[in-house]
Amino acid sequence: MTQEELKSIIIEEILEVAPDIEDDEIEVNENIQRSLEIDSFDFLKILTAMYERVGIEVPEKDYSKVDTVEHMVEYFLKLIKIQ
Amino acid sequence: MPSLGADMESAVLMEWLVEEGDKVTKGQVIAEIETSKGVIEIEVFEDGIIEKLLVEVETECKVGTPLAIIGSDIKESEEERIRISPAARRKADELGVDLSKLTPKDGVIQLSQVEAVATKKIKTHKKEKTKTTTKDGMRQAIAAAMSRSNAEIPHYYLSTSINMTPALKYLEELNKQRSIKDRILPVAMLIRGVVLALKEVPQLNGFWQSNSHIISKEIHLGFAIALRKGGLMTPALLDAQNLNLNETMNSLGDLISRTRGGKLRSTEMTRQTVTLTNLGDLGVESVYGVIYPPQLAVIGLGAIVDAPWAEGDALCVRKVMQATIAGDHRATDGRIGAQFLDKLYQFLQSPEELT
Repeated sequence: MTQEELKSIIIEEILEVAPDIEDDEIEVNENIQRSLEIDSFDFLKILTAMYERVGIEVPEKDYSKVDTVEHMVEYFLKLIKIQ
Repeated sequence: MPSLGADMESAVLMEWLVEEGDKVTKGQVIAEIETSKGVIEIEVFEDGIIEKLLVEVETECKVGTPLAIIGSDIKESEEERIRISPAARRKADELGVDLSKLTPKDGVIQLSQVEAVATKKIKTHKKEKTKTTTKDGMRQAIAAAMSRSNAEIPHYYLSTSINMTPALKYLEELNKQRSIKDRILPVAMLIRGVVLALKEVPQLNGFWQSNSHIISKEIHLGFAIALRKGGLMTPALLDAQNLNLNETMNSLGDLISRTRGGKLRSTEMTRQTVTLTNLGDLGVESVYGVIYPPQLAVIGLGAIVDAPWAEGDALCVRKVMQATIAGDHRATDGRIGAQFLDKLYQFLQSPEELT
């Protein structure tokens, strides 16, 4: 899986969880929860959806490492490579 | 048309989910209506048989307008047959005019009558569409309720700092053993704490109506949910006193999705006995709420932050949350509010009691 593919999956899932967000509102370097008003419920839904898509569960202690779209890409990419 | 809040004047009937002759049971959803707060499912309150649907789909109805006749049992009602000229019936079907609202001229409904009603209906519909959009409607509803609250209810406010470290540690351990799908969020645990504290201090759960203090046995917890495109709704987590931690988490997730998706039930819109507002996700530390009349209290929870905390002689850093309560001073005194906050504090120090 390439970086670009992973990024588009993440954005797809954000839009799925929060259909009232437009895709041009998503800034890859901004905190997802703050900039898009994603609450803790939505955030967990996004991570659950990512688990379904790429088979990786983000433990709670790693939440700070997946705070932006860019960081999520890095996080998942690293673990996919290890697998 | 039921009133789904003191400020609702009318709503549009969007869809009938039953037909004439259908048997219905208490709690069954029979129709969907569109209000300023989104699409709401309407439930029936008694068992019976739908004898007649009185309102056509996409009709705007004032609160109090009968929508359907529900017979109490098998007793068939002798339906009065409407006499109408064939041309008028065709036109009425085409324009969606409710014939039951017309008074026949000389015993028969005439074409001109149908046309007159239809034109009027189209005109009023257009006028209202330009006057307020859905979002403005919600703003107006919030404005009216909050103004009334501030004018009528003498609020008192209390606040306390709660050490959330024990509860969060407990949750962390619990979630470690679970798959991501079954994780519990801190907010579910906070709701459990609030519900259990309200069971111990029931005076804050209920209504102030006709100058008397009514305590509710059931806890229908209104949970403030912000809509991303503006506006706020506080649908009820019904019978929260019967939900354990897992059930609270699942029901809350379901309630939030349906609120944002515009699929709430009428009971969830109207039966709140108390309100909880949690602005922690936005980093706010203290929330001083405005009571939603005729409720007795609003509980506010802020962000959980790292803060200095004294334990015995030692100063340490703990996860700390501000809990506040705004109470109606006509119904309760500060002592009751203080007892509630103390119970909430105690429960959150022994998180195993919250499961």
